[in-house]
Amino acid sequence: MVQIAPGHQQAAVGTAALRLEDAAVSRGGRAIWSGVSVRVEPGEYVAVLGPNGVGKSTLLQAILGLLPLTAGSIEVFGRPPRRAASLVGYLPQRHSFDSSLRLRARDLVRLGLDGNRWGLPVPFAPGGREIAKRLDEVLEVVGASTYARRPVGELSGGEQQRILIARALVRRPRMLLMDEPLESLDLGNQQAISSLAAHICRTEGVTVIMVAHDVNPILPDLDRVIYMAGGSAVIGRPEDVITTEKLSALYNAHVEVLRTSDGRLFVVGQQLEAVSYHAHD
Amino acid sequence: MIDALGELFSYQFMQNAFLAGTVAAVVAGIVGYFVVVRGEAFAGHTLSVVGFPGAAGAILLGLPQLLGLAVMCTASGIGIGVLGRGAVRDRHAESAAIGTIQAFMLALGFFFVSLYKGLLEGVYSILFGTFLGITRQQVLLLLVIAVVVCAVLAVVGRPLLFLSVDESAAAAAGVPVRALSIAFLVLLGLAIASTALITGALLVFALLVMPAAAANQLLVRPGQAMIASVAIALIIIWTGLTISYFTDLPIGFLVTGVGFVIYLLARLMRRFAAA
Repeated sequence: MVQIAPGHQQAAVGTAALRLEDAAVSRGGRAIWSGVSVRVEPGEYVAVLGPNGVGKSTLLQAILGLLPLTAGSIEVFGRPPRRAASLVGYLPQRHSFDSSLRLRARDLVRLGLDGNRWGLPVPFAPGGREIAKRLDEVLEVVGASTYARRPVGELSGGEQQRILIARALVRRPRMLLMDEPLESLDLGNQQAISSLAAHICRTEGVTVIMVAHDVNPILPDLDRVIYMAGGSAVIGRPEDVITTEKLSALYNAHVEVLRTSDGRLFVVGQQLEAVSYHAHD
Repeated sequence: MIDALGELFSYQFMQNAFLAGTVAAVVAGIVGYFVVVRGEAFAGHTLSVVGFPGAAGAILLGLPQLLGLAVMCTASGIGIGVLGRGAVRDRHAESAAIGTIQAFMLALGFFFVSLYKGLLEGVYSILFGTFLGITRQQVLLLLVIAVVVCAVLAVVGRPLLFLSVDESAAAAAGVPVRALSIAFLVLLGLAIASTALITGALLVFALLVMPAAAANQLLVRPGQAMIASVAIALIIIWTGLTISYFTDLPIGFLVTGVGFVIYLLARLMRRFAAA
């Protein structure tokens, strides 16, 4: 039987969804970030921002337990990451599926349910109806029911992201990790995916942690941001973190945050290369 | 017609050819589905080229050809898997390693041929296939290989499909990505060895890739596509063997030709269905 019901997955009240304490990570002997202390509450929608190469994806790898810390501690729902794996849904960074991939979107979602299990799925086995019901349900949640029977390779970028979100959600995780899901989407789709993430967060109580390139399309939906730069990170509400003082301290260089009349944020500084991602559109 | 078919099966060498072809088609049809989904046709081509020195070396040593094929193809599968990838799949490293092995193996095949002068006539059948001279013993060995390949795939098929379409997500879900990728290349080596016995080393795609590619055009559910792939592989080998027996046209050409026509038809049908 495939475990679909959340049941035992309830964590103790008052436990943080994610807690890093003075954490550090290195790759190939090179320190990526260190001294990171972050606490994310259950049901929060948090974006991870920062320049390229600062270790945003590495943070997700650490939460998944795929990369051990070199110092400090990390807990996911009060457990070591590997033991919390069943509570976490993950959407890896990718640009798009090859257009020649002839696999039904619905079957791709199903791989999120039992793709890591050995043995063959037995046709007409007990529990098959339950699985089909769960697939219908999760495809409905992400709004992908109408194209779930088409091959993934034929879907648009936004449709593929919805399918991948469904796959990450199909086991009813309590946390959803998304690595640059808005990359290579147009602005309308970026906002749509962000409000979908917010919707999942509010209605299903799932903690969402999204690595993003540009904060502006997701700004209206966000609870807090983790801003990574200069080998460390700070967390807080967007309006408190994305400020001239906070970011200058983090980058250890003078950077300036500009706010346009419609509320969009731009970070500018001497090392514009590193931070110009906010200005692209 | 019935008489003609009766004649076909009255010879033991034709019975053996049909038995061997049927077993090879089942294995190649299933393994081929994963080759197509994983986009590993290039690795498949390399392992089949490697079959050439394997078969030539076995004949040189007086061993069964299938044994030489199986040993060389699986050993090279492991070689490609281990040399070609670090912790994360790296297509560039993989293709460089594959190309290196491919060139060396082709040269090794020529070396064996030059050592064994009498083999010269056999080169054609090693490279382009024959249905003559398949023994009951080889059919039994094929059957053992087929049972092993199908049993392993029945266990690892689902995680293998997961990592084939999305490696990062599969790794995060606890699928042993590296071990499974190498294991698949071993299965691929065994499938190619089985197929090469009839189609020849250079034409294994007739059963390994063409049926799966055609099935993939028409069906988008993994189970259905695999069954269709096996069915198409069986049609190809049965048609090929029958025509080859009555016309004396080379089996390698016939199976590849039938496979090619089916693939073209499948593409046309898909385009027609989409329009």
